[in-house]
Amino acid sequence: MRLFFHELRAGQRLFWRNREAAFFTFMLPVIFFLIFGSIYGRDRIGIYKASDFLEAGMIGYGVAATAFAGLAITMVIRRESGVLKRIRSTPLPPATYIAAVLGSTLIVFALQTAVIVVLGRVLFSVPFPARWISLILTCLLGAAAFAALGLAITAAVHSAEGSSAVVNAIYLPVAIISGTFFSPHSYPPYLRAVADVLPLTYFTRLTRAVLLDGKEIWDEPRAVAVIAGWGLVGLVVAVRRFRWEPTAG
Amino acid sequence: MAAIDVKDLRKSYGASEVLRGISFSIAEGEVFGLLGPNGAGKTTTVEILEGYRARDAGSVSVLGLDPSRATSAWRERVGVVLQSSSLYPNLSVRESLALFAGYYSAPRPVDDVVEIIGLAEKRDARVRTLSGGQQRRLDLGLALVGDPELIFLDEPTTGFDPSARRAAWETIRALRSLGKTILLTTHYLDEAAQLADRVAVLAKGEIVTVGSPAELTSVRPEAQIRYRRGGEEVVLVTEEPGRVLHDLYEAEGEPEGLEVRRATLEEIYLELTEDEE
Repeated sequence: MRLFFHELRAGQRLFWRNREAAFFTFMLPVIFFLIFGSIYGRDRIGIYKASDFLEAGMIGYGVAATAFAGLAITMVIRRESGVLKRIRSTPLPPATYIAAVLGSTLIVFALQTAVIVVLGRVLFSVPFPARWISLILTCLLGAAAFAALGLAITAAVHSAEGSSAVVNAIYLPVAIISGTFFSPHSYPPYLRAVADVLPLTYFTRLTRAVLLDGKEIWDEPRAVAVIAGWGLVGLVVAVRRFRWEPTAG
Repeated sequence: MAAIDVKDLRKSYGASEVLRGISFSIAEGEVFGLLGPNGAGKTTTVEILEGYRARDAGSVSVLGLDPSRATSAWRERVGVVLQSSSLYPNLSVRESLALFAGYYSAPRPVDDVVEIIGLAEKRDARVRTLSGGQQRRLDLGLALVGDPELIFLDEPTTGFDPSARRAAWETIRALRSLGKTILLTTHYLDEAAQLADRVAVLAKGEIVTVGSPAELTSVRPEAQIRYRRGGEEVVLVTEEPGRVLHDLYEAEGEPEGLEVRRATLEEIYLELTEDEE
């Protein structure tokens, strides 16, 4: 436990000192919320006020930015720079290290969600979440699933330089297609077909159900199952393919 | 008891045989140099001893344990410096050392380590602002901060300018004076001669010779005698330079431009590792 907290503290320090990473993973969803909220926050999307709708979407964009993209890029850079290999030579157990990395990611995502909720309330009069236990459970589920996918994707990236290119090429289109920025109802059928299999679609749907419709997480078993299913796939790939050593050659 | 004992160690990657049955033993407190050209199998050997690679055959004991079954307790006693620097660029020197110190149950005080690696005036500088040589010394510090008995240094000065190499050598000598057992790989002969008690020369996956730097040069009894006779250079190679010179003086008087020298470690090394590079 002492080692876990030691590494967790280091993870936080490393995250906030890396300005680029802190900006892209932590600030960007917040900034997009402010921009889009100012542009169409007062409109209506279906039966909802657009700012309420957008807030739930930005929490979805946030989980993809922090738990998937930020985590994946950080871990590829640490792997390729030899840091992960070196950590393996110390008495720090690998499982403790990974747990601390995930814990640190969760802290960032939780802070980000809190900032989005508070800004939504202050700037766009979005009500505070009534079903907050369900919101926390939803965020935990999403963070776990996307972190598993983030660790899995590191196996497909072979250089530190390529990490942000590959990861951004995946998660930015996914965030848009999944309807984190807009309502997916207006999408053409082929995009909706793609959206229907993406985990972020279901995470966003679940967040909206909790935040906008006053549903509890257990009222949406299908969304929970799809997110958990993707998370499981990520976990299996991560356990089998995650590498500690830099790519050879 | 030997700190490291290797017997008939073999390793292949696919069809290429990287280690063809090497054996050596390193005593506690000894600085042992594994010397050889690039591609000779140095890093493969060290990574097997560090527990990163599985071996195909042979027996390996490091601090009494097979490194392929490394435990946390064993890792407490072993420090590793990898071939390339592996640091967090956004931590300071002190923070980096404190982070790694936290992984060990009985670390050395961070400020001691800062002194040993000669980075006292850089203790609060971020790693990314350090020179390559300074980063490499911090690498040494991270391997040292857990107060290990045994330290692996894989090419600690490759790519350094001469003054950075001198500084790194000073640090490695400091480790030695702390009584650490050190296994050092290098392709610089002078580095091995400067730092190591004993040197094994590795070429094409085989150890071609082992001994102290002095022993390695003494395996070649011949000396070379050079002088000029009527403007032409004459070279004589002999195992009895004293007698030859005596006869030469008797016959021809004082030779012009006389030089007598033994084969240097470098010549022996180049001969041993011929057509490697």
